[in-house]
Amino acid sequence: MQEIKCLAISPGIAVGPLFFYSTTVIKAEKQAAADPEQEIRCLEEAIEQAKVDLQAVLENSRKDLAGEAEIFEAHLMVLDDPVLLEQVAEDIRGLGVNAEYAWQQGMEKFAEMMASMEDEYMAARAADVRDVSQRVLRVLAGEQQDGRSLAQPSIIVAHELTPSDTVTFDRSKVLAFCTAEGGPTSHVSILSKALGIPAVSGLGQYMEQLRQASTAVVDGSAGKVILNPDEATQRTYISRRAALDEKFKRAFQETTRPAVTRDGKQVEVVANIGSVKDAREAVKYGAEGVGLLRTEFLFLDRTEPPTEEEQYSVYRQILEVFGDRPVVARTLDIGGDKPASYLHMNEELNPFLGVRGARLELQHEELMIPQLRALLRAGEGHNLKIMFPMISTIGEIRQANEYVRRVKGELEASGTPYARNAEIGIMVEVPSAAINADILAKEVDFFSIGTNDLSQYTLAGDRTNPHVAHLADSMDPSVLRLIGMVCKAAHEAGIWVGLCGELGGEVIAAPVLLGLGVDELSMNPRAIPFVKEQIRRYTVEEAQRIASHVLGLSSAADIRAYLTSLLPDGG
Amino acid sequence: MAASINVTVKNEVGLHARPAAMFVKKASSFKSKVMVENVTRATAPVNAKSILSVLSIGVLKDHEIRIQAEGEDEESAIKSLVELIESDFGE
Repeated sequence: MQEIKCLAISPGIAVGPLFFYSTTVIKAEKQAAADPEQEIRCLEEAIEQAKVDLQAVLENSRKDLAGEAEIFEAHLMVLDDPVLLEQVAEDIRGLGVNAEYAWQQGMEKFAEMMASMEDEYMAARAADVRDVSQRVLRVLAGEQQDGRSLAQPSIIVAHELTPSDTVTFDRSKVLAFCTAEGGPTSHVSILSKALGIPAVSGLGQYMEQLRQASTAVVDGSAGKVILNPDEATQRTYISRRAALDEKFKRAFQETTRPAVTRDGKQVEVVANIGSVKDAREAVKYGAEGVGLLRTEFLFLDRTEPPTEEEQYSVYRQILEVFGDRPVVARTLDIGGDKPASYLHMNEELNPFLGVRGARLELQHEELMIPQLRALLRAGEGHNLKIMFPMISTIGEIRQANEYVRRVKGELEASGTPYARNAEIGIMVEVPSAAINADILAKEVDFFSIGTNDLSQYTLAGDRTNPHVAHLADSMDPSVLRLIGMVCKAAHEAGIWVGLCGELGGEVIAAPVLLGLGVDELSMNPRAIPFVKEQIRRYTVEEAQRIASHVLGLSSAADIRAYLTSLLPDGG
Repeated sequence: MAASINVTVKNEVGLHARPAAMFVKKASSFKSKVMVENVTRATAPVNAKSILSVLSIGVLKDHEIRIQAEGEDEESAIKSLVELIESDFGE
């Protein structure tokens, strides 16, 4: 029995045999073809086989992942592309080369063309083209195409998994995914979360041990793999899994219902998202809207900022998913810790105290204006709200509001439809903003408390520095007191307060936040069913009593211990 | 004889994603040879039945494209493609 700590990328527990899935990238060698017509026939057959396989994948994904199915429909269209087939056939005849090589080169030509357009959407299509290319090469190489041949339910071990790998498996036979690489935002993480399959990653240096083991326990919540577990350990985890399943099923069944306290107050439970895909997932988990749309994904990993049109199209797609339900978009929140190459930012001694969030946008009109235009235009006919991150003084709010007025004036003058009544708010994540909440409340329509940064600034503990990160605990009485102050000031000024840090998704925090007066809780979609369930357990008065008791406790540890003791199963 | 027409793409994403797929599917439903070029970007005409080719001419909102069709059903091919574009792909 061997226990390995690894990265938790999709929660849940699995116990079972290991299955090794090879995802080696095939590279075709150039060879002279004796009979080009025979090569072309082989290629056509391989493409037909790939289409049959893809159809099955498509059926599988339609069942579980309506949003993902689109990817595979696009793959099928590529396999039917007449120009591609004609060009590859011409190469086989003209150059007298083998089908594998000609196919690979033909596909790569299109992939490179798309990748060179420096457009996020087209870059993703380049990855799709390469994915399709490999699929056909695997058929030509006579390789086991996919995991549908799994004999028994297994834990899938692979170096890395692409979207089509992940969905190819017969879901009923996949217990968990273990990969050498891939972080919490990798394809395998996103897809396994959407499918509810436990997954762990970062197992690179242990692949040999995994290969030699026959069975394993995977804990995708704690980030743990136990190789060759003994019988007692297996039993422990099997019963833990059953309890988790039961708990999730119960919470999930109820998740589309609103979160109403026992005495009838409804708390808005919404999602933190960062892409169109996230938006669809959020709805599945019962999100009543979006409390934090991170727009950074549009701006990072590229050589120039996205155009207004590009942003508009993505914002519009997200807003359409939510219809008339609220979507709070946060304007670009980047800084020295996550730089964009095209901004030529100066290196800073203290990036967390440097040019970040609104401070950056207020200095870069060329970023601020197109983003506000894109957001306001996309919000027309929807329930869009805009918020500015990293606000520390009233001067910054006034400057930001001035930009909003200017953009609205331009849109009005050109007769462009836009969201006239979009509420404008700020993130409260700098202690000065929390302390001065009564002053700032006069200038905005809402607050959204960003507890991650608020905690690190309040406790002066860098979240990214492992030696002090533990200090930045959002359950510290100092942070909870600030949250209470913000809610009180906001309500006195007649505006609402949301909360979108990690604290919002912590089940034990829900009664405290409710008691402190937070009107809207925003979190990672998977936490929604549990937080809603928790809210339904209390009355507002009970929650207020819990909150005031907690504010009298002396440390984050005491507060956590007390709140955990309130859970029905004692945690 | 070939039929051709110039038309401005007005839907939000241009000929990307679902609209591109719809355009190619529609073009493929006709017997005629159908070509499309991006006038705004001054690209060469490409086969409108090829998804990879249609994506490669990068048609965005407000771009002008030229559609040409040649064959027995050329008139109806042009007519339906223009209708599709003018409906903004049902967006």
